[in-house]
Amino acid sequence: MAEQPTASGQEYEKSLGQSDARVAEFEKRRHTPLQRVQHILHSNPTMVPVIVLMMACVAFSIIAGERFYRPFNLGLIMQQVSIIGILAAAQSLVIITAGIDLSVGALMVFASVVMGMLGVNLGLPSGIAILLGVGLGVTGGMLNGFFVTKLRLPPFIVTLGTWSVFLSVLRLLTGSQSIRSQDIDATAPLLKFFGHHIDIGTPPAGARITFGVLLMFAVFGVLWYVLNKTAWGRHVYAVGDDIEAAELSGIRTKRVLLSVYMLAGGVAAIAAWASIGRVGAISPNGFAEANLQSITAVVIGGISLFGGRGSILGPLFGALIVGTVESGLRLAGLDVQWQIFSIGWLIIIAVAIDQWIRKVSA
Amino acid sequence: MSRPIKMSLGDEAPYAILWEDIMTNTFKAVLLGGAAALALGTAAQAQDTTACLITKTDTNPFFVKMREGASAAAEAAGITLQTYAGTIDGDVESQVAAVETCIAAGASGILITPSDSRALAPVIGQAREAGILVIALDTPFEPADTADATFATDNFRAGELIGEWAAATLGEEAANARIALLDLNASEVSVDYLRDNGFLQGFGIDIMDPTDIGDETDPRIVGNDVTNGNEEGGRTAMENLLQVDPSVNVVYTINEPAAAGAYEALRAFGLEDQALIVSVDGGCPGVQNVAEGVIGATSMQFPLLMASLGIDAIVQYAADGTLPENSPGLDFFNTGVQLVTDHPVEGIESISSEEALDLCWG
Repeated sequence: MAEQPTASGQEYEKSLGQSDARVAEFEKRRHTPLQRVQHILHSNPTMVPVIVLMMACVAFSIIAGERFYRPFNLGLIMQQVSIIGILAAAQSLVIITAGIDLSVGALMVFASVVMGMLGVNLGLPSGIAILLGVGLGVTGGMLNGFFVTKLRLPPFIVTLGTWSVFLSVLRLLTGSQSIRSQDIDATAPLLKFFGHHIDIGTPPAGARITFGVLLMFAVFGVLWYVLNKTAWGRHVYAVGDDIEAAELSGIRTKRVLLSVYMLAGGVAAIAAWASIGRVGAISPNGFAEANLQSITAVVIGGISLFGGRGSILGPLFGALIVGTVESGLRLAGLDVQWQIFSIGWLIIIAVAIDQWIRKVSA
Repeated sequence: MSRPIKMSLGDEAPYAILWEDIMTNTFKAVLLGGAAALALGTAAQAQDTTACLITKTDTNPFFVKMREGASAAAEAAGITLQTYAGTIDGDVESQVAAVETCIAAGASGILITPSDSRALAPVIGQAREAGILVIALDTPFEPADTADATFATDNFRAGELIGEWAAATLGEEAANARIALLDLNASEVSVDYLRDNGFLQGFGIDIMDPTDIGDETDPRIVGNDVTNGNEEGGRTAMENLLQVDPSVNVVYTINEPAAAGAYEALRAFGLEDQALIVSVDGGCPGVQNVAEGVIGATSMQFPLLMASLGIDAIVQYAADGTLPENSPGLDFFNTGVQLVTDHPVEGIESISSEEALDLCWG
């Protein structure tokens, strides 16, 4: 700060008092309202999907009417998105590290089939079948992580490969044959645990929440805590943001990456357990597009595909947006093609918004 | 289920034909004719005869079983069988590449379930110009004479049978039926519209354009939705249509896995006793579901027969150039369809689930 000239100062210093007293400082630009919005969104990345979800709910309540907004339908939407939601949580972990996991859906179906074959066909105790299924998920994730970290292959290529590998092994194992719901009930009902439900109010009016829906919220809750409140979680973001900087600051980046892929595989296997409850039967042919749907939910949820940025809660809203739009369009009586059309535009708009937010000026 | 009968032809290599117990006299006559022709011809050729089987996908047990049937028949006939499959329904490129490979391999015959009834015509033309016998299995080309012959289920008739059964079971209540239609996918392939429209015609509904799904205006139809032919899709589609109208009491399904999914949805809504579910396929899990009352009636088809007849036709063609013939009055050879139900109605021939369990295909 410029000193005020004192009375005892030299004559020529008197004019100092009239000079500009400010030293170097940032120029204060006037922000347009749009820039302010950009700022707010930059610091709260989950706001976009939340706003879109609320807008979609209001819009479809007007278009599709009472059938859309009654609690039963809202509960149903949550049931329908619960599996993709959990998978999106797994996918988010990988995407935050600037990777992508194309195999996550196939790994889930693989794990569900293994749980079924062990628990129903071979008659192992359900708990052991489930544990082995989860073990398979973690192992599958570890395989991805191994190729990404040790052989330094791009995640896109690795998971493109394991996607095919998992699917083909799965079909060879099963002959594409499903395990029937009634056989699961008879021999391994624990596999359907997440199909149980709690009714809030009385159906058909009241909402029905399955354990699978509660599991989805729990998975997001736990992952939010881990990513935001633990050192490991901050390392995951650091690795995704700038892997070299993370390495230089002492983070064991390979170990972090490997653990991320293993956790993603484990979460996918938990989704597998939940999917048995959701569908009833175990089919090697279901969830054929689950990997792409999970990426859709992540992207609409505002997680940056470039890594290091985005809240894990975003994909939860992303999945709910997709479910809401599909349900709303259906109840409005529109052809199935319009659902696909709308989801396509949602993805593009979501990424466009993400790019715009990234360009935020200081 | 089937037993190979070996017929020794002097000092020539033994030639075997795979008999199917389900064969009607017509089929037997055709095959006996073929065997007689062979006996006079040169059975030694069979040894270096190559046949190709190109199926739509390996995600449908129907095609997996068809391949197994063809492999068994080829082995019995002493010919080499090469098998190919697309990755998804509609995967034309893989099938084109497979046909080209078969031409290059100098195959005598190609058995193909075309993923696209029209798009494969040019490459099929090339194969026929190269002197290869091309037989469409399960799905006809458009026009049917793109191939030398078609061995298929009459899918329209398969739909018609379950439609007639549903209408007869409801009796007078058929006039007030609430019908949900669970179709295959958004591409509306021939199998999809033939079964759907066959069902509606059998039920007594004006089907308008017989190649279009969902153009009907009959108020008894609640709606159409797509299932991808698996449990997961069947469950979601049924939930969706129940949201449109919870009073649904007739459910048409494209195949038995979709039917199983629909039942799970109805059961979750507590409406499983309200609705009749009808389906098409005749897979063993589906027949089991008829026995347990999940599915009211299903139209059984015979993929093993299609495959073994196809192999026999190729063997015969390789021996003496005889081309297979169509069923009288049809532009394809009808491999038959059989209604399976434990609640037979007067005037519609059917077999019980117990009898059907001996005939089902996997």
